[in-house]
Amino acid sequence: MSEMQDYKSSLTDVSSRKFETFSYLPPMDAAKIRKQVEYIISKGWNPAIEHTEPENAFDHYWYMWKLPMFGETDVDRILAEAEACHKAHPNNHVRLVGYDNYKQSQGAAMVIYRGPIKA
Amino acid sequence: MAVKTYNAGVKEYRETYWMPDYTPKDTDILAIFKVTPQPGVPREEAAAAVAAESSTGTWTTVWTDLLTDLDYYKGRAYRIEDVPGSDEQFYAFVAYPIDLFEEGSVVNVFTSLVGNVFGFKAIRGLRLEDVRFPIAYVMTCGGPPHGIQVERDILNKYGRPLLGCTIKPKLGLSAKNYGRAVYECLRGGLDFTKDDENVNSQPFMRWKQRFDFVMEAVHKAERETGERKGHYLNVTAPTPEEMYKRAEYAKEIGAPIIMHDYITGGFCANTGLANWCRENGVLLHIHRAMHAVMDRNPNHGIHFRVLTKILRLSGGDHLHTGTVVGKLEGDRAATLGWIDLLRERYIKEDRSRGIFFDQDWGAMPGAFAVASGGIHVWHMPALLSIFGDDAVFQFGGGTLGHPWGNAAGAAANRVALEACVEARNEGRQLEKEGKEILMSAAKHSPELKAALETWKEIKFEFDTVDKLDVAHK
Repeated sequence: MSEMQDYKSSLTDVSSRKFETFSYLPPMDAAKIRKQVEYIISKGWNPAIEHTEPENAFDHYWYMWKLPMFGETDVDRILAEAEACHKAHPNNHVRLVGYDNYKQSQGAAMVIYRGPIKA
Repeated sequence: MAVKTYNAGVKEYRETYWMPDYTPKDTDILAIFKVTPQPGVPREEAAAAVAAESSTGTWTTVWTDLLTDLDYYKGRAYRIEDVPGSDEQFYAFVAYPIDLFEEGSVVNVFTSLVGNVFGFKAIRGLRLEDVRFPIAYVMTCGGPPHGIQVERDILNKYGRPLLGCTIKPKLGLSAKNYGRAVYECLRGGLDFTKDDENVNSQPFMRWKQRFDFVMEAVHKAERETGERKGHYLNVTAPTPEEMYKRAEYAKEIGAPIIMHDYITGGFCANTGLANWCRENGVLLHIHRAMHAVMDRNPNHGIHFRVLTKILRLSGGDHLHTGTVVGKLEGDRAATLGWIDLLRERYIKEDRSRGIFFDQDWGAMPGAFAVASGGIHVWHMPALLSIFGDDAVFQFGGGTLGHPWGNAAGAAANRVALEACVEARNEGRQLEKEGKEILMSAAKHSPELKAALETWKEIKFEFDTVDKLDVAHK
């Protein structure tokens, strides 16, 4: 049995801040991001890119990167938009969203580029 | 000129209530009962008796029958079918005109459908298997105060099931120690914690202190993790007045969600509380204590799929549905059937899942299915595969029983859940590759590694008591 460990999390340690789905897993590499984009397309959802300063991640509304890519099924074009957003805002979280217009909800939402979290 | 004359005495039910040629109307409420008749009672008579006693009938003719149009108001037994695997039992289908029932009142509907008729002497056993609510009746009910999509929006949780935990020991903790257990779970990565259903306002922990300490825990965990959190504050109370008092206070101190036991608390209280929640923007978690008294016996009582429909009409944003994989009762196909009845918009008749009627909910919101009881991280792949995203998985012992405490237990569950969701999205087979997915995720999470060592691959292998009716011949 593993040795008991302290659970490291506090108000002062900003790395304790999470950002919902997949934020408890290690950051995704390019291959993993591609698979999640493929999943969104396979579901027929509309991909969209959003970003925000990490300290404002709790807000419901992040900044939209252009408009959602309605009907877009080309994985590379979606990845290119995500990367362009990341390059333009290297210090921000970049979130990939799959809008499910039938359920009027988001079928998927995940941060794919993590901004450095500052105190 | 009078068309009917008064003849005092006892008539056979089937003369009036057995109508094999009747075609049910779109607006009728339809019910199917599994009937075990007394020896010697013909099926048509027993079916007609059920229709009569659950609608307009009385044991003897009365003169005031002639002052109304009973042929319009009566329930009609319109079909009889063999029960697969039983020689003596049969299914009786009964149609009720919609005017028999007050609008928006599951209380009124079920006072008739499962009222005196269940103690009726001509039958040995009676079980209400399913009820078809016409859309015309559905539209008169409030339903879930918010529903799945609105809850996801409020809490900012997308693309995965939510995680919860019932705080234990369920009785005896002081409010401050109880709040500590809540805080540890939430800071570790759970979305919700839950009052045990037995926790109301006992001498060892009065409700107000519990609410205050728990909300401090929720707010601190939100600041610490940057995620939205909640604790189901149980407002189930001895009286409706007391229930509303607790609900008002929960709202006042910023609780996003409260909780009610809809069977022990009663359908009247539940429907009122659901309306209150809708008006006040507070989510409503529903527990189902006492359900097994009614739904476990395959020969007598009410099937849980009917209790599910009652809740969807009365109102609740979450409902406990059984886990399939855990230690409690449940048959997979039947459970999937009532989970659909809880969440989906239109559910087709499907006897292989115990669904006897098409059910159209129109625009009424669906509610989250809650899987709770006897489950832990090793069950995660199967739970996600069975329930999909619109569910809450509640690990009580599976969080609090972690060797390093609640926060580590919560983190282990969160990592396991996210690893399974990621793998599913990548097209991997969860139930086949579950072990590999979890072991691989544990490489980055010492908390998950310890959890996997603690519980190993436990399986609960009790046979279900209430199986679907299947032919054995």
